[in-house]
Amino acid sequence: MADIIQKVKNLSIGFRSKKGEEILILKNISTNIKKGETVGIVGESGSGKSTLALAMMGYVKHGLYTVGGECQFNSSNLLKLKGKDLEKIRGRKIAMIPQNAGQALTPNLKIGYQIDEALQLHSDLDEIQREKKISELLNKVRLPSPETIALRYPHELSGGQQQRVAVAMALAGTPDLLLLDEPTTGLDVTTQAHVLELLNFIAKDTGTSMVYVSHDLGAIAQVSDRIIVMYSGEIVLEGPSRDILKRPIHPYTHGLLKSIPKLSLAGLPESMPGSQPQPGIIQRGCSFFDRCSFSDENCKNNSPHLEFLKDLNTSVRCFNYEKLFKEGQVNQTVNKIKNKSQDKEILNLSEVSISYAKQKLLDHIFNRISDDNPTVKDININIKKGETIALVGESGSGKSTILKSIAGLLRTKDGLIRFDENRNLSSDLKERDPNDLRVIQLIFQNPDESLNPNHTVEEIIAQPLKLYFGLKGEELKKNIIDLLQKVRLGEFYTSRYPRQLSGGEKQRVAVARAFAAKPDIILCDEVTSALDVSVQAAVLNLLQQLKEDFGTTYIFVSHDLAVVRAISDRVAVLYQGRLCEVGPSNDVYKFPSHPYTEVLLGAVLEPDPDIKPKLVAEDIVEERPPEKGCSFQGRCSRIVGDICKKEIPPWQLTDSGNAIRCHIPIKELQKEQF
Amino acid sequence: MLFLIIKRILLGFITLFIVSVITFVGTEVLPGDACTTYLERQAFGEQLEACYRRLGLNVPAYERYVSWALNAIQGDFGYSLSGEMPIKEVLGPRIKNSLVLASAAIFIGIPIALILGIITALWRDKLPDVAISTVTIFAMTIPEFISATLLILIIAIWLEWLPGIVIVPTDVSFLELLPNIILPVVAIAMIMTAHMARMVRSSVIQVMASEYVQMAILKGVPYWKMVFKHVLPNALLPAINVVALTIAWLLGGVVVTEVVFNYPGLGRLVIESISNRDLPTVQALAIILASIYVSINLLADLLTLMLNPRLKTLQIRK
Repeated sequence: MADIIQKVKNLSIGFRSKKGEEILILKNISTNIKKGETVGIVGESGSGKSTLALAMMGYVKHGLYTVGGECQFNSSNLLKLKGKDLEKIRGRKIAMIPQNAGQALTPNLKIGYQIDEALQLHSDLDEIQREKKISELLNKVRLPSPETIALRYPHELSGGQQQRVAVAMALAGTPDLLLLDEPTTGLDVTTQAHVLELLNFIAKDTGTSMVYVSHDLGAIAQVSDRIIVMYSGEIVLEGPSRDILKRPIHPYTHGLLKSIPKLSLAGLPESMPGSQPQPGIIQRGCSFFDRCSFSDENCKNNSPHLEFLKDLNTSVRCFNYEKLFKEGQVNQTVNKIKNKSQDKEILNLSEVSISYAKQKLLDHIFNRISDDNPTVKDININIKKGETIALVGESGSGKSTILKSIAGLLRTKDGLIRFDENRNLSSDLKERDPNDLRVIQLIFQNPDESLNPNHTVEEIIAQPLKLYFGLKGEELKKNIIDLLQKVRLGEFYTSRYPRQLSGGEKQRVAVARAFAAKPDIILCDEVTSALDVSVQAAVLNLLQQLKEDFGTTYIFVSHDLAVVRAISDRVAVLYQGRLCEVGPSNDVYKFPSHPYTEVLLGAVLEPDPDIKPKLVAEDIVEERPPEKGCSFQGRCSRIVGDICKKEIPPWQLTDSGNAIRCHIPIKELQKEQF
Repeated sequence: MLFLIIKRILLGFITLFIVSVITFVGTEVLPGDACTTYLERQAFGEQLEACYRRLGLNVPAYERYVSWALNAIQGDFGYSLSGEMPIKEVLGPRIKNSLVLASAAIFIGIPIALILGIITALWRDKLPDVAISTVTIFAMTIPEFISATLLILIIAIWLEWLPGIVIVPTDVSFLELLPNIILPVVAIAMIMTAHMARMVRSSVIQVMASEYVQMAILKGVPYWKMVFKHVLPNALLPAINVVALTIAWLLGGVVVTEVVFNYPGLGRLVIESISNRDLPTVQALAIILASIYVSINLLADLLTLMLNPRLKTLQIRK
């Protein structure tokens, strides 16, 4: 075929372990990228997807080397090219859009210079033409006032703007192939939807081929024509996007799609057991065997080859794909969770304000906080025993700040936090008594950072047990093993160090540590966002099970609305540290809703090519909450007039008990939204 | 920005004030004083009283501090006890000598350190890195009194190329001093260069592994352009503070080296005046060394601030 732009042939890339063994990261990969198509490469962390994308530019990271095979572009093998020849291709023929533009833009060079550099290298324009071109490019990626943006440094832009600059930089060389390495991961939901829409537009507008690497099937579904699913360094499934998302014939993809929470389904999705094998673990048979629910004896002993099925135009690496083919569409089943909250109030936040403002000397002396426009303001929530309440919002919405205050890591400016109706928790940690500390425990986002790398699992879990209950010897040991079993980890884990555990296992240890204190309330700060999709569902299910066993109350912070939908009884939506909407999750996810909730819901990406995100508002980033009026006035598309700018909107109640803070009457909101 | 500079300068003065108080109190609480040291066995009765009156030690301590501080600000540190000379005159040539030694070491050592650091980082794990790194680690681990002594033994005694120790009057002219300082400079530069080269190496390696350097490579930026535009400015920023500390250390007198080579610099003066219990000189030295440290660190911070766009905006926003 003439229209193949990049041909990957039998590519293997690996590294040498300390023992001198060769360990493969990519195993015998072959695929073609055609002109004008967008290929999505999806896989969990460690599946080799980024290594593959980088190899397509002839780049192999320090420490890795090419074991065999080639990446052909214009009939030359990029992996064999050196120096000048590569420089002519990189940026000009093939360009990269990096995962984290904030770190991929050189901090000491202005935006304009960095784009100009690409133009100097890859075009014959003179200085005046280049200057014009820079403005054009910045305009194309929809950045406001290109002339001023060009003079800024990378750190002076928001995450979404940085990502757009990276897109502009990649387009500077008018490449034939664009490689995108998780280009929207790290961005807020609304920004992510906007950037994806921009990428779709560019693909159509310029006819560039794209390779889109992501762990997020939702994002992949929005952009790609064809999908490659990678597992443990191998391609396990490759075919047209729609077929793969609607009727996956590989058990891994099948299980993955089943385990992703969806906006339309309340309840916890089924989880996939186990986790991806570490590179270098040599096993006979299929690499997915342990986790597969369709496997048989054959799978255990023989590894399947990638088989091309002509009528489906799909390649699959599975002996039993026919079983899956018969099964047809993925039927997602969820465990509906019952709201088991009691009437008894366990935590009450009234009129809570929190400020990060740097305090003057005088305020230090009088031990007070002065700030007219605090980061978080007027938060009123009462939380019932046994319920799961979720705080959602984009970065900067103050959701983690509120958690910190409840945990005592940050003192409040005004207002009262009361535990169990009479214990005042408005003070910070130093002033709380040990029992107040015990009843509230925190689970962090990233277990790599929250578990001490020099402690064994036993020491980690023993700490709260010793501290709060003074346990010793046999009893301590028994309690630790009990807790490990509760989080489905065996006794043999006690002597392991965090680095010897997988991401999911680490988070389980963190969960066990939180439960060791026998707390009444557990604060969960983005607990699943650092985990792979297939592991996420398992952790969510575990949390739910533990809650039912112990009657714990969860305060759950997340930016992922689908996850929140799956686990929470009640949702509070925050914007710029102010509450927008509070209500039972079933109602918050239905209209009418606050204009901000509408924006958030519209931007959610679902792994379904038929559900497109709705972009309601601009993805502007506001640095500070407005001084007066509604917190959302800066981005609201439904603004009704001056009243939004001047007066704080009133709370309105819907029939189902959902409270919305907006100047637009509920009935009109309902009419406009559906 | 201006506000920040003024604030930092004020803080510097406060630091100096605290240092002066501490040294003053320190010399006060030590048993014995200038007169008992000076008069030795005759330190009693009439003679002691006379000495106190002559040196003005009979007034309360705080009064003496104030008058001493007021004079010190004008550059008058009083009289040295050992030589009965104004301290100003004792210090002058010593400061000059230390400056000569320090600047020679700086001009030779810092460029070499930067170049070695960059070479080792760019050829990481290859032959140039392995060779240079081995030598620098070796140079770093040998204490300076050993390397200095070895230098004297080989170059001065066996080969007889250069004088082994500096036997010149304190106020000798620069040209006469020059052949004498070669060995001390080499001894200091060896250890200093090794330290800085290691620092620069790790900083460059860290930047080379960063995502923005990977991005620059993938953009097709030629290698050397990438090194000079994307790597070095970011890698050398953290080096500024290390360089500053090194300069302050050099100016403050490299005591061991000065003693080994008998070099008439500030470092040796510190040792001498402490062993002679020449307290006024010790006080003066403490203040001068502290001012050197404070001002060089201030300069380094301001330089970093000016060169790092990230810090600049942060400060302005505040």
